[in-house]
Amino acid sequence: MNVAILRFPGTNCEFDTEYAFEKLGHTTQIIWHNDKALPENVDLVVVPGGFSYGDYLRSGSIARFAPVMQEVSKFAANGGKVLGICNGFQILTEAGLLPGALKRNTNLHFISKYQHLKVVSTDNSFLNKCQKDEVIHIPIAHADGNYYVDNEDLTKMKENGQILLKYCDPNGKEKSINGSVESIAGVCNETKNVFGLMPHPERAIELLLGSDDGVKMLKGFES
Amino acid sequence: MKAIVNVYLKQGVLDPQGKAAHHALGSLGFKGINDVRIGKQIVLDVDSSVTSEMIKEMCETLLANTVIEDYDFELKP
Repeated sequence: MNVAILRFPGTNCEFDTEYAFEKLGHTTQIIWHNDKALPENVDLVVVPGGFSYGDYLRSGSIARFAPVMQEVSKFAANGGKVLGICNGFQILTEAGLLPGALKRNTNLHFISKYQHLKVVSTDNSFLNKCQKDEVIHIPIAHADGNYYVDNEDLTKMKENGQILLKYCDPNGKEKSINGSVESIAGVCNETKNVFGLMPHPERAIELLLGSDDGVKMLKGFES
Repeated sequence: MKAIVNVYLKQGVLDPQGKAAHHALGSLGFKGINDVRIGKQIVLDVDSSVTSEMIKEMCETLLANTVIEDYDFELKP
């Protein structure tokens, strides 16, 4: 698989993402935000975490206008797979490629810890190697992860299997972490080719570092 | 000319910062506060060619995220 990893000023998870995909045997390329084209034969575009443009104005609000994002929008419109992690999720919602928006955490804190997540939908090219209702354990690290979507869109998303992950306790009981609507941690678009989540699967690929639950998530894109 | 843009979370969208400030004011003994909403004010220094329509477009495109935020603005000479 050829993976293009975007880099904006302030991105800081591009090397973790590169390491994770290369460990799984894929070819990666880091793409600068000013590039006006994506490389040919890209199978997956990853918008990694960090603090693009210092999170000024709103997290992700400036990055969405970077030249490379116009290309990512075209790529997604043609059915290309896009994954946004943390700040990448914020950028994709700001760009309108994913529904909803991410607000400041309810407790106003930057939350950085390992977190249990419940897998809600597996009928997609991201979580197909996970089991429905499976509880996974991977890191979160964000201040603006409070997912908001209005009731009308939420209902449609549920019917269409667009809710991917929810924050939960070790037993799989939903748990409010940051104020997200229905404890949502990750979603996809209607056509199920654009994915976004606040947790960091790329930081959970070595048991030595606490968890390798991220492996089966990222491997989902192989099929 | 100055364009003064105010951006705030929509009514019905929980404002965590406003809630925290509301709570803090209550703790300090201030009474009679029904609600606190925290927004941001963006002041643009613009020349006379800039119209209200242009400011509206700037708000819709960049300055506000209309999924969660409302805005208003005034143009001052």
